Amino acid sequence: MLAFAFAEFVQQIVSGLATGSIFASLALALVLIYRSTNVVNFAQGEMAMFTTYIAWALMDRGLSYWPAFLLTLAIAFTGGAAIERTIIRPFEQKSALAIVIVTIGLLIALNGAAGWIWGAEVKAFDSPFPNTTWDVGGVAISSQDVGTFCVCLATVALLWAFFNLTPLGLAMRASAINPTTSRLVGVRVGWMLALGWGLAAVLGAIAGMMAAPTVFLDPNMMLVILIYAFAAAVLGGIDSPIGAVVGGLSLGVLLNLIGRYVDFIGPELRLPTALLVLLGVLMIRPQGLFGHAVVRRV
Amino acid sequence: MRYVALALRLALLAAVVGLIALLPRYASEFRLSQFTFVAAYFIALAGLNILTGFSGQISLGHFAFVGIGAYTAALLMLGRPGLETYGLDPPGWLPLGDGMRGVFTIPFAGLVAGAFGYAFGLPAQRLAGVSLALATFAFAVSLPLVAKRFEDVTGGGGGLALPLPSTPFGWDISTRHWLYYEAWVAAGVIALIAWLLLRGRAGRALAALRDGEIAAVSAGVNPTAYKTFAFGVSAAFAGVAGALFAIEVAYVNPDTFPLSQSILMLASLVLGGMGSLYGVLMGALIMQFLPVYAQTPPLLPGSFSKESPAVVFGVMLIVIMFIAPDGLVGLLRRLLRPMMVRLKRHPVATEDATFGTSRRAET
Repeated sequence: MLAFAFAEFVQQIVSGLATGSIFASLALALVLIYRSTNVVNFAQGEMAMFTTYIAWALMDRGLSYWPAFLLTLAIAFTGGAAIERTIIRPFEQKSALAIVIVTIGLLIALNGAAGWIWGAEVKAFDSPFPNTTWDVGGVAISSQDVGTFCVCLATVALLWAFFNLTPLGLAMRASAINPTTSRLVGVRVGWMLALGWGLAAVLGAIAGMMAAPTVFLDPNMMLVILIYAFAAAVLGGIDSPIGAVVGGLSLGVLLNLIGRYVDFIGPELRLPTALLVLLGVLMIRPQGLFGHAVVRRV
Repeated sequence: MRYVALALRLALLAAVVGLIALLPRYASEFRLSQFTFVAAYFIALAGLNILTGFSGQISLGHFAFVGIGAYTAALLMLGRPGLETYGLDPPGWLPLGDGMRGVFTIPFAGLVAGAFGYAFGLPAQRLAGVSLALATFAFAVSLPLVAKRFEDVTGGGGGLALPLPSTPFGWDISTRHWLYYEAWVAAGVIALIAWLLLRGRAGRALAALRDGEIAAVSAGVNPTAYKTFAFGVSAAFAGVAGALFAIEVAYVNPDTFPLSQSILMLASLVLGGMGSLYGVLMGALIMQFLPVYAQTPPLLPGSFSKESPAVVFGVMLIVIMFIAPDGLVGLLRRLLRPMMVRLKRHPVATEDATFGTSRRAET
């Protein structure tokens, strides 16, 4: 009996890690943009949704999964960078509220556009992974979960390598930390910001395409995921990439466990409870688990 | 000559009040019902204006407080006997009464929502900027789910149908007109309260905190007290608006208070123009009519699906932020400024000398 319960417990954790890795990707996208431009991009989820629709449309035209996947990433990158250069750039020196409103405008417009172009009805989205489950010591692990987890984590690892091992990554980090000095040593800071938005859009696209087989494709698919990604990013510390990943994974596991084991909460109150836990953490550590407290000189 | 400017402003105020008072003579029932909603939006936006415009705290979930007000009004209107006819079983400690007329529930809705706002605002003071926006976002997402979960009190997803509104006290006007005047009188009272609150010490303290917290604290302003106060007051206003919604629609349901309305609320306020009475009024008109008119955009040809309003609305948000970052009223004011300065003859700096912004405390 205990062994059975334990197997189920492990299973909840494994599937929690899979959804958590989707949250982590989107949270990382938010952190990437926040670090470089100090913008909280409320449209991040809708950008991910829109690119997932593009992937669907490509496959609908007869492309097979992985070519469509890569082509979508390229489109997402261009689109993200283009949005930064055209829509966000003029507001970078303005108030925080102006940018919040602009990204909300983008959210509404993209959400509407997807419904307008592709229709509001729910669509099925192919999964690249076979529909099999492995039995590991009584724990049933689906290949969908493992695949999602691996793709998301591989992306995170690639990004880490890009930021830490390449000159371009170094330039991007420099322009996020100190734009003025970076400009003086010849870094084209404006393009670095656009590049950051492009990479964030790629991360979002991956999160969207990994989420779509299970949540299905519709214009509102990313709304709840965006809220969890926000929660993950803030939990980990909005300026910390590691925090976003850890926050995303732990949030995914936490959600699964409370939804399964706390009867009072059940499926309806899963989201409010997770958010309550999050707020509790923020009360104690307002800067998040891995974030840096903002120190002000008076 | 300064008095000319003052007289102009009073004349404008009188014209707006007169228009509102006389509208029922000329407008159809349908239009009147739309303008009753405008009054409710005006009240809710006046609250958000205190929070975001004066205190600088961004709330992406303010419609949740409207929902709290609406549910408070609904429960009081039905009372315990009314809820029991639904087969609901509210816990005994809730002071629900035996059902009351809609208009009397308005202050209670304000108080309850205000208490929720205060309770939410107090811990939220530890969160600044992004985290606060997230917390309010989370609040707005959670509330409908909580309302669905505690169906013994709220009736769950099916919602609660309320007694149909009627003219009270045996007055000789139609119910439609009564609802309209009820809403606008409430809006007038709220505008007055807001003006009284903000023209003095509290308004100065909030603006000082918004524009330079360190300087304000050094000057002896208690940031937590004032910011929480702003949260409470703005939630109370939202609650009053919620009661008016419940009375007007005679129905409440968790899905009437979605996140999208909260976002629309903030967007409308910014589009109208924060920090001024007319900005709030413009915002209320935008909130009521822009989603409707976005369904048949005047300049674009062809037929539109039901998703097109969202596209038009989103694009308009971005475009207006480009051309009028202070909102439409701010844009108008900028266009009219040369004229006003000439009227004053001695061009006084329009910038508010204390805080270095052009936003003036008017609401």
